[in-house]
Amino acid sequence: MAKTLHGKQKARRMFLRTAALGVGIVGASLLGYLPVIGRWRQRTRPPGALKEQEFLASCIKCGQCVQVCPVNAIKLADLDEGFGVGVPFIDTRQQACDFSCDGLQCVLACPTGALTHDINYSHQTDMAIARVVNENKCLAVMGKGFRGQARGAAFKGKLRYEDVDRWTPIRVSEYPYDLELCDLCVRQCPIEIRIAQCAAGKPPSGDENQCPPQHAIKLETIAGDDGIVRKRPVILQGCVGCGVCEMICPPEPAVIVMDSTESRGGPA
Amino acid sequence: MKHILKSVAVLLGADMKRPAPEDFTAEALAMHAEQKADKSRIKAIHEELAHKKLHKTPEKWRRRRWTVLIAINLLFVVSYQLDIQVLEGALTASRFVGFHMADLNSALQVMLAYKEVVVNLMIGTTTVLIMWWLLGGRTFCSWVCPYHLLAEWAEMAHDYLASRKIVKDHPFDRRVRTVFWIVFAVLAFVTGYTVFETISPTGILSRALIYGPGIALVWVATLLLFEIFYSKRAWCRYACPIGLTYGLVGAVSPLKVTYNLSTCFHEAECKKVCEVPHVLDVVVKGRATDVDLFIGADCTHCGRCVDACPTHSLNLEFTGLGQILK
Repeated sequence: MAKTLHGKQKARRMFLRTAALGVGIVGASLLGYLPVIGRWRQRTRPPGALKEQEFLASCIKCGQCVQVCPVNAIKLADLDEGFGVGVPFIDTRQQACDFSCDGLQCVLACPTGALTHDINYSHQTDMAIARVVNENKCLAVMGKGFRGQARGAAFKGKLRYEDVDRWTPIRVSEYPYDLELCDLCVRQCPIEIRIAQCAAGKPPSGDENQCPPQHAIKLETIAGDDGIVRKRPVILQGCVGCGVCEMICPPEPAVIVMDSTESRGGPA
Repeated sequence: MKHILKSVAVLLGADMKRPAPEDFTAEALAMHAEQKADKSRIKAIHEELAHKKLHKTPEKWRRRRWTVLIAINLLFVVSYQLDIQVLEGALTASRFVGFHMADLNSALQVMLAYKEVVVNLMIGTTTVLIMWWLLGGRTFCSWVCPYHLLAEWAEMAHDYLASRKIVKDHPFDRRVRTVFWIVFAVLAFVTGYTVFETISPTGILSRALIYGPGIALVWVATLLLFEIFYSKRAWCRYACPIGLTYGLVGAVSPLKVTYNLSTCFHEAECKKVCEVPHVLDVVVKGRATDVDLFIGADCTHCGRCVDACPTHSLNLEFTGLGQILK
């Protein structure tokens, strides 16, 4: 009798312990909801990313997109992003997507279609929208030129400079500028570079389809009475949110930032 | 067929029951009776155990398994770090020399959450399904999963502390793993997020190895501490839905640990080292219903029992499908 009572107690304890384990583990996993619901982090996602909810659902968290990116623009999120753990993002100020692969390698690498396979060209992407947020810090607005390394000597970000090497992106710090009026955001914009190449009859990879139909950014002259030439950056319809303008912008913090809240409506 | 259903029931958490008298083959019954009558066996068993105490059997299978496990995970790491592109991606999904592979449980979570399946994912999932069906389902766990290796080390620590009476193992009801599997499948479908991936130590560790460590490793460390100080091998035994998914795949797999009653001394050395000892219930005296049997679907084919068995009554081998289905 005593033994069965003991057995019953043991079984009861086992049941309670198991219930606690169940609640504990499911509870821990559901904590991952908080950063998502609370939108603790607004991330710029790689080219072709579906809408945020669908993106988190369809991404299998394998990082194959990370591995193929020639400029290592793509990183994987950590556990502080909850359900977004292991999901790729681009920290555009540190390393933007400059489309130097031409073929959207990350899209091709994605095994689940979280980066939609419906797009093929850089201008079809929709990662974010560039926003001018610190206009008074803009060198062009101040009428200033720019000499030297865009982001200083220690900056590790890379860009593809066609005049250096078509296939190998180099560090921005290895490519000093000497500009009478700073126009780095327009000068390095991958969309604008493509439009210029197409206008010159040399589309990227010799493919006319690579030619963007719309401009992404321009400098607009500001009327002034002091005789100094001033210009302001204006974001246009063709902007895909790649973040190169943000990355290359010399002032700290950057004059242009990526806003990923209203973009990514999926393929046009 | 009956064996398979029983093996799946045990995988899902059913208790091992003493088999009914009619389940035994005549041959097995005769062998049990013979073993009971043979007094010389007791002496032989004592000799065997004394011998084993003096001559520790080499953990042959463990050495092989750890080599394979480390090699596979290292191949992921060097494929990216050295850009040799042999095995790209992580354990959740990858490409082996260009061929898509997708972890079955991760793919399932994505399919349930996203409710759409692209061709590449289908190809990857089918490839992996066939591969692990051939190789025995949960073989993934002990031969590939990086958490398994850490958990084995945690198990060593637990066993050491337990031998000095510092910690005690607290078992859970094994049915809870089936509950987890269902809950995480339902959560993926209802919330539209791959909820389980958030806490999957397999995914977290695989990504940490390849792409660099992060705070997600704190969760993995928590699990390991839980296993060392509270419940031995808790994650793999009672929680991991990946293990259950692969277990179901491996239920009718040709790779099996086989058991032979005729040579067995019922010393239960095998059960001492087993991650999932309930699968070894057949080795208990008087339980084996036939002379040759297969160890059930929850078995990870780690081979530790094969090494631990002093009489070579357990073996890891490929068998004909006909034999499994009988």
